Amino acid sequence: MRSAVLHPWLPLLPLLVIAGFWLAARLDRRRGESFMRRNGLLIGTYLVVAVGVWMLVMIVVPQISMLELSFRPKLPPVAMGGPRDVYTLENYRYFLFGSTTDTSHWNVLHLRAFAITIVASILITLFDLALCYPLAFHMAQSARPARLRLLLLLLIAPYWVNEILRAFAWRIIFAASGLLNTALLALGLISQPIDFLGQDAALYTGLSYAYLLLMIFPLYNAIETLPHEQIEAARDLGAPWWRIHRDIVVPFAKPGIASGCTLVFMLCAGALATPQILGGPRSLWFTPIVYDRFYQAFNWPLGAAYAFILLLTCVAFVLAVLRLSRLSLGEITR
Amino acid sequence: MTPDGVRRALFGFYVALFFAYLFGPLAVMGVTAFNDSAYPQAIPFGHATLRWFGEIASDDELVQGFATSLRIGMLVVLVAVPVGLAGALVMQQIHARARALYYLIVVSPVLTPGVIIGISTVIFWRDLTGVTHTRFLYNGVTLTVLGQSSFISAYCMLIFLARLQRFDGSLAEAARDLGASRGQVFAHILLPFLRPAVLSAAVLAFLASFENYNTTTFSILADKTLTTVLAGRVRQGTTPALSALAVMIVALTVAGALAYEVLRRRADRRQREERRTAREAERRELQPALEAG
Amino acid sequence: MTEAVELDHVTVRFGDFTAVADLTLRIEPGEFFSFLGPSGCGKTTVLRTISGFVAPSAGSVRIGGRDMRGIGPNERPTALIFQSLALFPMMTVAENIGYGLRVRGVARRARCERVERLLALVALEGQGGKHVSELSGGQRQRVAIARALAVEPQVLLLDEPLSALDLKLRQHMRNELRAIQRRVGLTFIYITHDQGEALTMSDRIAVMRDGRVEQVGDARSIYEAPETAFVAGFVGESNALPGRVLRAAADEAVVDTPLGALRGRNPRCLAAGARAVLFVRPEVLRPDFAAENACEVEASDLTYEGSVTHVGFRAADGTRLLASLGAAMREAVPAPGVRLSLGFAARDAVVLPA
Repeated sequence: MRSAVLHPWLPLLPLLVIAGFWLAARLDRRRGESFMRRNGLLIGTYLVVAVGVWMLVMIVVPQISMLELSFRPKLPPVAMGGPRDVYTLENYRYFLFGSTTDTSHWNVLHLRAFAITIVASILITLFDLALCYPLAFHMAQSARPARLRLLLLLLIAPYWVNEILRAFAWRIIFAASGLLNTALLALGLISQPIDFLGQDAALYTGLSYAYLLLMIFPLYNAIETLPHEQIEAARDLGAPWWRIHRDIVVPFAKPGIASGCTLVFMLCAGALATPQILGGPRSLWFTPIVYDRFYQAFNWPLGAAYAFILLLTCVAFVLAVLRLSRLSLGEITR
Repeated sequence: MTPDGVRRALFGFYVALFFAYLFGPLAVMGVTAFNDSAYPQAIPFGHATLRWFGEIASDDELVQGFATSLRIGMLVVLVAVPVGLAGALVMQQIHARARALYYLIVVSPVLTPGVIIGISTVIFWRDLTGVTHTRFLYNGVTLTVLGQSSFISAYCMLIFLARLQRFDGSLAEAARDLGASRGQVFAHILLPFLRPAVLSAAVLAFLASFENYNTTTFSILADKTLTTVLAGRVRQGTTPALSALAVMIVALTVAGALAYEVLRRRADRRQREERRTAREAERRELQPALEAG
Repeated sequence: MTEAVELDHVTVRFGDFTAVADLTLRIEPGEFFSFLGPSGCGKTTVLRTISGFVAPSAGSVRIGGRDMRGIGPNERPTALIFQSLALFPMMTVAENIGYGLRVRGVARRARCERVERLLALVALEGQGGKHVSELSGGQRQRVAIARALAVEPQVLLLDEPLSALDLKLRQHMRNELRAIQRRVGLTFIYITHDQGEALTMSDRIAVMRDGRVEQVGDARSIYEAPETAFVAGFVGESNALPGRVLRAAADEAVVDTPLGALRGRNPRCLAAGARAVLFVRPEVLRPDFAAENACEVEASDLTYEGSVTHVGFRAADGTRLLASLGAAMREAVPAPGVRLSLGFAARDAVVLPA
């Protein structure tokens, strides 16, 4: 189907829908007072327009545009909207098979990068969870108020520094002539500098590091609301510490755990700066590949397709977490 | 050592390691800021110097990027705070059945990878400005403000929702009863109540916008923000001027945190004074009542 | 200028639930009128309907003869004092009191003068600059009253304003409210579940139950001449003796109760054979008192309450009677186990439908 049929109307869609909302608000007669009467005309209009623009122009329709672009072929500007501009699956075919037409060989490079990204993100998420849980628990249940404020300050302080500079700091440490190699050489533990950057060790360390704050805060908030007496009661009944955590704390803190894991996974899988800075020349991380589709290959439809695949993965992950933990969306977003 | 003592020692070790992991890189970077080696390194440490700090100011690209980041940050505050407030108010009033879908839509940008927001914003506005012949809107600053606002408004909305939950509806009713119109209730009663939330939402919005990279790197088009300049520099190789920048940021935020603590203490003291006055008044009031009663 | 408030067949329904059912009432100008009843009886809904926050599902509200249909709370000539007082925490006392004038566009100088006069009226001179959090409970009350009076309403509505106060303070404020009402001459509509408040402050009281008015009258009529079993039981303490009417003559009836045939007033003109309850208050039961009615009982327990002693009695069939003996009758208080006869006059008891 020719894309030019649907395409020009898409951007004007939001305006029509917002006008529809406004009319609906004027006519709404629920519970004796319409939306407009309840808020006054001026404020009512502000509410409808602000929320309508936000939902449609900033959130929904751009996603639809991106999705729509992913189904179109790469064409020079003059050919767009012309006869060759038809809807096609060729971009998705490229992701899987490395070519828009030939399906005989798999696109090993990109598929491997995609798989590594997902698996590594999951592992990093679990590592961060294990690392942050004890501290979050201590802060939420045992720490005295003065010490708590200090801990909070110490935790937040590093994140004031931009993620780029933090990745830069790791680079200083991991570089061939960086701190770690210099120290190891000086101690005589190695004879040649280890290529941390090329082996992706630097990348994984940097990624685990980057999102600690976003793991610890949801955990802390969730565990903090657990009444301390429940833990004391369990201990009084004779439960060992690991059972207390398994049977009481973890089930209670499920929303926080789910929230932290979702955030960290998404940020890891969608990470751009850290892989670009800490990744070696051969390292494969999916989001920089998406970036390169746009600014190296200049193939926007392909990039849109790759971006959509990333989006689907994140949505799938969120749904899986919600299903596994039997929670609702409102409970995970603080 | 007792089992309890062992456990406490282990925990202390864990905490020490944790914070070493957290602060280690920054400490190293801090050292390189004062090292006069042209390439950022901590060891070997040559002579201490402050020249990298001076270099920041004379670095045109950095300063330009900083200015653009500031501009975008302020514009994002102007967009995200009112939109977030509207979102929270609508959330309170919407049909219960529509509420779940509404929440899903407005919170989705928070759960979407930043790059996708950047990409979709650029694609959409390229089309829209083309079709409506408004090409002048298609520039880095506008697109970045729009892209960032999509999720920053959600952050603001969550802040406002939390504050609104504690709002005493009878205050609005009392104002109405005394003759205020809806608009007057909003301006005289609701907005002053929301003032702390407006402030924290504005600060949050500005900071979130300032440090954003993933979305900005797509939407900024030909312009540059501080973060995109930094990213470019770090990848190309750089002098320790960047380390110096990091040190300055940390110093600024420590100063900010101290100032905030001072203000907080002062506000607490004022509250305690007020409560003491009230208790005095209570005591004085009961006296004649006791005598007469 | 104060006005009358008329409720004409007002019904308020929330979904399936009827909060107020077919209420018709006229409150006279300058009256201190109270709605008294247990929680959930609909009195708050009535108040909110008069003030305009709730629209009646049927019937109309008229203030000063004007139908209030479609007129919002900010345009009605009423002012409401909320149970929580709803003082604005971000404003000073003076700003609170002057708020109604501010939204009406009164100029600053005139506003300040009015606020000063109102501060004097409620005995809060000089406190205008304070914030609400610096005030005591009684002071906050008075600010709320001053704020409401500032807009010169024709009717002042009060939603259990004293319920959050200490006992001693509550009694003090009762007198103050009454005094302010007399001084200003406004119609006050007051709702409460505390009978003491209603009885001491009001010109007339409406006793409500489940959305309906059971009886309207002044304090004396409500207390001494209840017209329904609910009113008799709800207001003050009552001994309730169920039975059947044996015979009725003039304005009296004889009821066959578990304690024998007892005679009481018959305001509802019940006929012989009707099921009825005879109500007699504890304070009129006197030991060994020769009167038209006598009950043979045995004393079972005592409760000493300072100015009065409550004595519980048990009759042969197990029925309990409560008598309250004032300090003047201290000697007559029987020890537990003593058998005696409790007497009361026919006109001190009332026979009402069961």
